Amino acid sequence: MTEPLLRIEALRIAVRNSERSVEILRGVSLDLARGEVLCLLGESGSGKSVTLRSVLRLLPDKGTTISGRIAFEAEDLFELPMSALTALRGRRIAMIFQEPATALDPVYTVGRQIVETIRRHEGVSNAEATGRARELLERVQIPLAERRLLAYPHELSGGMRQRAMIALALACRPALLLADEPTTALDTTVQIQILLLLRRLQRELGLSIIFVTHDIGVASEIADRVAIMYAGRIVESGPVRDVLRRPGHPYTEALLASTLRRGERGHRRPAIPGAPPDPAELPGGCAFAPRCGRAEAACSEGMPPLVLSAPDHCILCRRPVNLGA
Amino acid sequence: MTSPAVDIDSAPATPVRPVAASARGYWRRVGRRLSRDPVTIVCAAILALIFLSAIFAGHLAPADPYKTSMLDRLKPFGFRGHLLGTDELGRDVLSRLLYGGRLSLLLGVSPVVAALAVGGFLGTVAGFFGGAINTMIMRTVDVFYAFPSVLLAIAISGSLGAGITNAILSLTIVFIPPIARVSESVTAGVRNLDYVGAARASGAGLFSVLRVHVLRNVLGPVFVYATSLISVSIILASGLSFLGLGVEPPHAEWGLMLNTLRPAIYIDPTVAAVPGAAILLTSISFNLLTDGLRHAMDVRA
Amino acid sequence: MSGDTPLLTVRGLRKHFLVRGQSGWGGKQRLHAVDGVDLFVRRGETLGVVGESGCGKSTLARLLVRLIEPDVGDVIFDGAAVAARGGISVRALRRAVQMVFQDSLASLNPRLTVEATIAYAPIVHGAPVAEANRRARAMLAQVGLVPEQFADRYPHELSGGQRQRVNIARALALEPRLLILDEAVSALDKSVEAQVLNLLLDLKDELDLTYLFISHDLNVVQYLSDRVLVMYLGRVVEVGPVEAIYERPAHPYTRALLAAMPTMDPDARADEPPLQGDPPNPIDPPSGCRFRTRCAFAEAACAAVDPPLAAVDGAGGEVLEPDHANAGAHYASCLMSVAGSGHSRAPARIGVAA
Repeated sequence: MTEPLLRIEALRIAVRNSERSVEILRGVSLDLARGEVLCLLGESGSGKSVTLRSVLRLLPDKGTTISGRIAFEAEDLFELPMSALTALRGRRIAMIFQEPATALDPVYTVGRQIVETIRRHEGVSNAEATGRARELLERVQIPLAERRLLAYPHELSGGMRQRAMIALALACRPALLLADEPTTALDTTVQIQILLLLRRLQRELGLSIIFVTHDIGVASEIADRVAIMYAGRIVESGPVRDVLRRPGHPYTEALLASTLRRGERGHRRPAIPGAPPDPAELPGGCAFAPRCGRAEAACSEGMPPLVLSAPDHCILCRRPVNLGA
Repeated sequence: MTSPAVDIDSAPATPVRPVAASARGYWRRVGRRLSRDPVTIVCAAILALIFLSAIFAGHLAPADPYKTSMLDRLKPFGFRGHLLGTDELGRDVLSRLLYGGRLSLLLGVSPVVAALAVGGFLGTVAGFFGGAINTMIMRTVDVFYAFPSVLLAIAISGSLGAGITNAILSLTIVFIPPIARVSESVTAGVRNLDYVGAARASGAGLFSVLRVHVLRNVLGPVFVYATSLISVSIILASGLSFLGLGVEPPHAEWGLMLNTLRPAIYIDPTVAAVPGAAILLTSISFNLLTDGLRHAMDVRA
Repeated sequence: MSGDTPLLTVRGLRKHFLVRGQSGWGGKQRLHAVDGVDLFVRRGETLGVVGESGCGKSTLARLLVRLIEPDVGDVIFDGAAVAARGGISVRALRRAVQMVFQDSLASLNPRLTVEATIAYAPIVHGAPVAEANRRARAMLAQVGLVPEQFADRYPHELSGGQRQRVNIARALALEPRLLILDEAVSALDKSVEAQVLNLLLDLKDELDLTYLFISHDLNVVQYLSDRVLVMYLGRVVEVGPVEAIYERPAHPYTRALLAAMPTMDPDARADEPPLQGDPPNPIDPPSGCRFRTRCAFAEAACAAVDPPLAAVDGAGGEVLEPDHANAGAHYASCLMSVAGSGHSRAPARIGVAA
């Protein structure tokens, strides 16, 4: 079996502010193979964005306790000195964000930002970097790429800015792209364009992508594998078809059931009672137990076991549903 | 489609924080955060001491602050019961410091309070109504704002003449523009929020909306900003007295003391530095206190 | 359920904003937020309004509750013209039409308790404080929040779903007849969204309400609505019964919107996006049909003529007033649906030999 591109092992992150210490991630483990698209799916407070940022160590230093291991191409990222990490960021691992308006520097043109990134990592000439920047803009399907190099971020529309951000991220041909809800703030017709663009780029460049989202529809459009997060843990992970068609964890099942699809109207939806828990006040044992219709007393006591419903489909639950090949 | 594992939202909805653990009320929360901030507590204690010593100067001062003595001029610390020495006219520095605190604090706090009332009102009205009213008020305020505060204070004081009331008046005028500006921008920001829209959409009149929804949310930040001006006011008042405007001799006031003790630096610098140290300590304490206040009021749950 | 007069009728509603030019200098430009909208809402129905950014749906909502004054246009509530002589005053309108905002911390006054927030509107309209508080508690119970636990809470102590319930309770405190919901569930987690939708359905039955539901989420709109209205760049491009819109969309934009929705089926992924480019800027909209710049079927005629709302679904492309009398009809604002419009795909004019 080939070595995974990215391996996260037992990641635990606690944040301390002046009042208390809150555990945001409580033992997250995942593997990402080369050329694979993994969706981290979860609601607010599930820890999905924190997981992503921890790969690039983008979390504040003060007051954050991290334990566990993240290995990229078999190198332990937490052991890297700062200089090596900075060389890695943008070059081998790149990230795109939800709000391109804040991710792109408003006082520099788009072209300048891309050129600067390329030159900083690869030290090529200005002319060559500019040529590559133009190619990148064309590749992300920004029309009139030559002119757009000279545009400032605020002169571009939302979809264009998102594409520019993707171009910036791909400037140095990274192996891994981290996407933090890049389509959440976009209109539906623009969202599908960006998703298809990412899929195409992924195929063409052999990119691996970790895509964080709260939208099951987005996951169904883009993911090869999906990992469902709840309260700082991955509660289910597997190939996207398996998880969406035969969910194993009660949370996944309830989430799918309460998600609206085309052609349903009028009657009360099955809804999950309560709300996603506050990371500061988590119950012991399985965090979903208070809202779970299948919970029994043992669920609140210890950590739920990891159950395999298929070799690549695991579920963190004492009483999973839909078991069986 | 799989049958759902859970049914309708039948579980009772509970508030995010249980009753016992949460601090209800915005001010109570602020108080709690303040009580955990050591810097703020220390500064509050220092200021309390300063205020109390000024109020009870009559009981605390060892000597008459006006009593001069030509023989015992500019004596060092500890000379014959004068804990902080004597000034250039032989008066007890400690007593003058304590009594002087009254005037200095008065000149520090009252202009800010007055400016808060006037400037806050003007800024809130301008920010809430916008349009022509806003232009009228804010452009007038801007004219005053264009002058550096020290020069403005001196100019107004100079034309009004020396004296405590004139000093307070001129400092008030100096502080009205910045407070008006801050209240205007905060009010304009609040005015566009959805809950103000909802209040208007329920048929409330403008003044009801102002009173119930806007003011409470504006006063907080403006109040904090205004308290940060107190330290400025103390220094400006001292400056005015130093220049001969403001408090006149033989009254005790820290800035005036600085002025009269200035030539004595060459003879005994420590005695001359005492009123300066008092101004510094009060200023810094107010600054840090307001910083802590702003921090405590800023954070959302 | 379908009385003779609709509860709300809107004709020719228009609102333009003057904004500073893009480059910072230069004169003001005109932002065509809402540019000639006709609609009606019947008693007891839910009208869904969909559109993307720049389509004007939020401005439309604010125009209807009169938070913004329209430039031109008539709003008629239950037969009485709003802010017109002999009609209904804005203040009276506000008793009958209320708005639920998108959840955010800014939708509730952070300094007021939940009870005070809900009781505010009745107090403003003259109810004594004790009575208003009693009503507030009753509303809390009705939206599923236990009054004893929630009345004295502040907004920051509540979760998103709970805040939204408070928003709904606040809107219902005046016993309105029409509720305008502006992206009321968009900011909620999916698991909480279902709860709030259930609540909205229940309340509609219990309190005999009429809803105008604005959203960008087509699934939610389909779920809740009886009729659906699609907006693009300040205009209505299609309106009709929900099944007709979702199963037989007539306007190319509606078709693109529906095709752009994720299918939830990993094996049925789209290959090509149905629409290129971004929703355009409402400053300086295209002439004629506003959608023509992105439309796959655009022809020369589309730039010249502003397409009226014409009936589709077998009515032969007759241009009709979207009137409550034709409430069940399905209209689209596209030259392909207007008989004899000059578009190559338009139906032949009625009366001409086929």
